[in-house]
Amino acid sequence: MTADTLGTVEMAALPTSDTQKYEDRAFGFWIYLMSDAIIFALLFATYLVMLGNTARGPTGQQLFSLEHAAAETAVLLLSSATFGFASVAFAQASRPGVIQWLSVTAVLGLGFLLLEYQEFSGMIAKGAGPDRSGFLSAFFALVGTHGLHVSAGIIWILVMIGQVLTKGLTRPVASRVMRLGLFWHFLDIIWIGIFSVVYLPGLV
Amino acid sequence: MLGRLTIDALPFYSAIAAGGAAVTVLGALSVVGLITYFRAWRIVLFDWVSSLDHKKIGIMYVMLALVMLMRGFIDAAMMRSQQAIAFRSDGYLPAEHFDQIFSSHGTIMIFFMAMPFLSGLINHIMPQQIGARDVAFPFMNAVSLWLTAAGAGLVLISLVIGKFSTAGWTGYPPYSGIEYNPGVGVDYWLWAVLIAGVGSTMSGINFLVTILKCRAPGMHLFRMPLFSWTVLVTSVLMIFAFPALTVACGLLAVDRIFGTHFFTNAMGGNMMHYINLFWLWGHPEVYILILPAFGVFSEVVATFSQKRLFGYTSLVLATMAIGLLSFTVWLHHFFTMGPSADVNSFFGIMTTIIAVPTGVKVFDWLLTMYRGRIIFKPPMLFTIGFLVTFVIGGLSGVLLALPPVDYAMHNTTFLVAHFHNTIIPGVLFGYLAGYMFWFPKAFGFKLNETWGARSFWCWIIGFYLAFMPLYVLGLMGMPRRMEHYDIAAWQPHLIVAAVGAFIIFLGIVCLAIQLVVSIRDRANARDLTGDPWNGRTLEWATSSPPALYNFAILPNVQSVDAFWDMKHRGVAYQRPERYVDIALPKNTFIPATVGGAAFVFGFAVVWYIWWLAAVAFAVILVAIIIRSSDDETEVILPAIEVKAIEEARFREMEAASKNEMASDPGFAGESVLEATS
Amino acid sequence: MMIVIVPVFIMAALFTWRYRGTNRNARYAPNLAYYWPVEILIWGVPAGIIFWLGLHLWSATHRLDPYKPIDPEVPPLRVEAVAQDWKWLFIYPEQDIAVVNELVFPAGRPLALRITSDTVMNSFMIPGLGGQIYAMAGMQTRLHLLADEPGEFWGRNVQYSGRGFADQQFRAIATTTEGEFGAWVEKVKASTQMLDATTYEQLAKPSVKVPVTYYSGVQPGLFDSIIAKWHGDGNHLHAQVTGTEQAR
Repeated sequence: MTADTLGTVEMAALPTSDTQKYEDRAFGFWIYLMSDAIIFALLFATYLVMLGNTARGPTGQQLFSLEHAAAETAVLLLSSATFGFASVAFAQASRPGVIQWLSVTAVLGLGFLLLEYQEFSGMIAKGAGPDRSGFLSAFFALVGTHGLHVSAGIIWILVMIGQVLTKGLTRPVASRVMRLGLFWHFLDIIWIGIFSVVYLPGLV
Repeated sequence: MLGRLTIDALPFYSAIAAGGAAVTVLGALSVVGLITYFRAWRIVLFDWVSSLDHKKIGIMYVMLALVMLMRGFIDAAMMRSQQAIAFRSDGYLPAEHFDQIFSSHGTIMIFFMAMPFLSGLINHIMPQQIGARDVAFPFMNAVSLWLTAAGAGLVLISLVIGKFSTAGWTGYPPYSGIEYNPGVGVDYWLWAVLIAGVGSTMSGINFLVTILKCRAPGMHLFRMPLFSWTVLVTSVLMIFAFPALTVACGLLAVDRIFGTHFFTNAMGGNMMHYINLFWLWGHPEVYILILPAFGVFSEVVATFSQKRLFGYTSLVLATMAIGLLSFTVWLHHFFTMGPSADVNSFFGIMTTIIAVPTGVKVFDWLLTMYRGRIIFKPPMLFTIGFLVTFVIGGLSGVLLALPPVDYAMHNTTFLVAHFHNTIIPGVLFGYLAGYMFWFPKAFGFKLNETWGARSFWCWIIGFYLAFMPLYVLGLMGMPRRMEHYDIAAWQPHLIVAAVGAFIIFLGIVCLAIQLVVSIRDRANARDLTGDPWNGRTLEWATSSPPALYNFAILPNVQSVDAFWDMKHRGVAYQRPERYVDIALPKNTFIPATVGGAAFVFGFAVVWYIWWLAAVAFAVILVAIIIRSSDDETEVILPAIEVKAIEEARFREMEAASKNEMASDPGFAGESVLEATS
Repeated sequence: MMIVIVPVFIMAALFTWRYRGTNRNARYAPNLAYYWPVEILIWGVPAGIIFWLGLHLWSATHRLDPYKPIDPEVPPLRVEAVAQDWKWLFIYPEQDIAVVNELVFPAGRPLALRITSDTVMNSFMIPGLGGQIYAMAGMQTRLHLLADEPGEFWGRNVQYSGRGFADQQFRAIATTTEGEFGAWVEKVKASTQMLDATTYEQLAKPSVKVPVTYYSGVQPGLFDSIIAKWHGDGNHLHAQVTGTEQAR
């Protein structure tokens, strides 16, 4: 038997590596985020293409409130920080800490959605709904898609709270919370893009 | 309660539509009947529907593709026969029906024939080629399959309940918008494409992670077989291009449902933006389809020339170049929308540049045949047919890339002839070659070669007869999508084209006969070695069909053509000293449930049955939550069982001749050794 | 191009025959996989051809740009084309006439078209005379054509647009002399019909196989208002064709 076949046997004799499995999942999730980032990039592009297409309806300057957008930004960024605390608590194997900080993150996420809901319903009440003009369609699509992502993230946070409660801080749970963290911080980055592209120029 | 779904949705308004519906319903019923007759429900459900095995998923994808190929071809045959008779007459198809047919033909052939065929071949073969036991994410893989099937189901059911889109496979607004197209047709198209598109994006992620993370020891990227290389590039294209389709179709769907103004004529809509988004996906999509077929040709041409692939590095670089360039040419689909000459020139030049790496590939394949010992099995016939025919399509493509030519040829049958001239030889011949090449790997017996060759000759002759006249008609100015016409000079060409379509039909019949005959005579065509063609790459190292785990012991790769190299170093088929436990994904019904719910969701949204859509969405959500809370998704196959399976295989192999190619008069056998020594 | 295509055919035929497995006289080189001069050739020759083609592509695309007037010396005949479901309306602003499904112009004199659509996307084309250009609502595209010789051509929409698409065509006649064209204009002028906002609204409704129709007068600025109405804020598709509103 030649040396290289012996080598094969030794390689394969290792137990199926769990570490490898979780690494693959994290890597796959990064790739998903890249794909999702393209969706947002195209929605940003759509927004910029449609910026002038107001069909004699209201423009961004007339509709957006910097204070409101700043409040949304603050809440979302804060939720990213609290998620960070949840990750730290996970690393310290503190189950109550994880649950506590994940819950705070979920509440902040809900707060963000509430603020967004206020903004949207206010605009619709003023007759500036998504069917008013191409510009507004693009605005609602971009910001709304982010909002839908945040909603999905909140559901995911709740599921993870449930898993931490029932399963504890196990290896698979850790891997899921880690990916949830990537997702949650990703939404932050997208929001910063929205804040700079949608809200800031509309007011300067 | 049922939204806009009423009894009028049933196709009793036209005999042809009712006939189509009847065929669809009877087809479904006969499948159910056959499964019941053979008492196969247990096998179908527990071994296949719930399977996460990449090989079974691959086979199911290809089955779906072959069924949809039939359906798509029937559409093509109806169009060709309508145009053959519709000179100064209405023919037998009313405009409304003809328009649905060309829309469903394109949609089916791209999304539900080519895409599943491609995913099927990749699924079955790529993990074996890189020496892996499965794809990286077997569960997600099954979800992709069932989402694709859900999309295909929506297209099929549109024949029975309601109508399909008349807006062509590209669905350009504002024609596809709600003002001009208030029916359900465009919605069927949108949701079929959206749901299948999500599946394709996930497939892309899965294939990419598999290739980057799950290769066998020693399988460096530059030792990967060409097919796996093309899959790598195709997956990257899938991941980055499909979001554009999702956004284009998603926004169009929002326009239609919520009355927004992305692509409408009025209120600040911009239809040109849809066209940009669509082709931002649409052009890479062409390469998503064709690159893996190029991979198949690379494997086939080396195997049946009994020679190493010429210019491996060139082929890899060309593949990467094509992948990169594919994102820079989308504007050539609308030179005639009024861009400036500068913009048109830029995109025209980028487009012609793609001809360079493509040309390199063609020459590398030809040079692989040079000083080979070519054996003309059906996969090789398809490859040679491709080489000769594809360059004509490439030539017409370069012509169309010249904006002044495109101004005259765009929207004519010249364009139709061009893309069929690339897609049929380039994509379909590749997939059919792959199907015949790898069939013994999947099922343990070879396909009948006589019927395979007959099919090839029908396909290629039929192709030339069906599409060369369309080039001529395009030069005469005939637009595509004409339901009738009053120019007498067109008719003879259209009749020839219809004859060509009939010969292609014979080619499809030959494929069906080939399958039936091969199953009947399978005892005489067994592949006991797992290596029927004297193969070069790792998928031929496994048994045929492969064990659940593919490789009992992961192979150690030392060169390109890993298996060929092992055979020549005399280290193939060695009994390992000991076996190990192998973890395999457990079967689960969750992917099929997600697919079924996605189908219901799509159907409900098409018909505005909102409560049902909400229920279906909730089912998907709950199914995913259940799965994501499951930590016991694998089952361990103990080493002792692995050993039993492998020992049985070794006994079988001893009984078999070394490989079946040895009986072929063209087999190079000993002369390989002579030439190498 | 033939430098690439012809060798492919020759090599395919030659190699397939010569290196067939049963031909034991042909040389067999199972490990021949790389030869650098060949690599340079197969990359270099196609690249060279494409480089050459690219240069020509650039100049031809600019020379034949449909937006570019054909001969700046000769004043072109101006015509405004409107795509409707499923017919073509041609407005001759200088002659103050309009015609449905017939386009008449003198041979030898350039034709300058402004094109729009009052419905879905269309594509205007007269295959015997030149290329096509899309017609889109709320937008204007341009096309310059020239008939070198008098004759009768057919033109049509070549972008699929719905039920009546197959019949959405018109006759294009290049008259021998300016005089002949003038006579045709007089014939149109003799029509009793005028194209005002109301008539236009009637005409714009979907219809198939509309016979050639002449209008002896056109409401001023009709073409621009057809474009402008899509920029409004109402949902009424045809409400704003009052002629008072000019294109912005």
